[in-house]
Amino acid sequence: MKRALLAVLAGIAALPAIADDLRLPPNPAYQAECGSCHVPYPPQLLPAQSWRQLMGRLDRHFGSDASLDATAHDEISRYLAANAGRRAAPAGPEPRITETRWFRKEHDELSASIWTSAAVKSAANCDACHTKAADGDYSKRTRRVPR
Amino acid sequence: MKSALIAVALATASAPVLAATPAELLSGYEAQARKAGAFDGASAPRGEQFFTSRHGAEWSCSSCHGSLPTAQGKHAKTGKAIRPLAPSANPERFTDTAKVEKWFRRNCNDVLGRTCTPAEKADVLAYLLKGRP
Repeated sequence: MKRALLAVLAGIAALPAIADDLRLPPNPAYQAECGSCHVPYPPQLLPAQSWRQLMGRLDRHFGSDASLDATAHDEISRYLAANAGRRAAPAGPEPRITETRWFRKEHDELSASIWTSAAVKSAANCDACHTKAADGDYSKRTRRVPR
Repeated sequence: MKSALIAVALATASAPVLAATPAELLSGYEAQARKAGAFDGASAPRGEQFFTSRHGAEWSCSSCHGSLPTAQGKHAKTGKAIRPLAPSANPERFTDTAKVEKWFRRNCNDVLGRTCTPAEKADVLAYLLKGRP
């Protein structure tokens, strides 16, 4: 009984961490290849199925050619599969993190205009507000919403 | 004499392992261009024209890299900052042949819907090498 209670308490304590600490040991290939055009999004934010979809069409990646050589493609695919999340996959052939229920809920207090403001430009631009997003740190402490 | 030798040895030892210099890459593209057909040498003004033109589609090179290659650019879709392309402002640029080829392959496809010719690469590089901060 005591052990079960401890397990529940540990689970509760871990909850906030799920929301804002998305740090992982950095993968140099992922950082270099994917992090050149956008924040290297935390792999936990999409399930393995979604990452497979994205990796399968990198030559047409949201309107850009992001194709990789076979070595980098294999390494990044393994890294994403090993660290993928377990939430439901967004619909469509090009799943977006911003279309997950989780993302919408986390950002539901923001007005729609913020996403297209000059400072933010796009919801893909995490580090416009999450100043340490590149390191997987999405905590309140490092968050600065531009006005 | 001895100290001069040591200085040379040190400079060699401490130099980063570079696959190429921008000048070497430029002469490589020029050689390829000459092989491919009539080519009168790389032209910086032609490179600038190429870099800032849209080529009939949505983007130019400068849509993301900015029209001043010594300054920081900004990705046209994601808004991510892109470090300057001109080697005078960012010495890392054009020092790794595989990396340069990878980005020409991707970005020429995005801007022109095809690969760039060696002559076009030579012109662009001549333009980028001309820039001073």
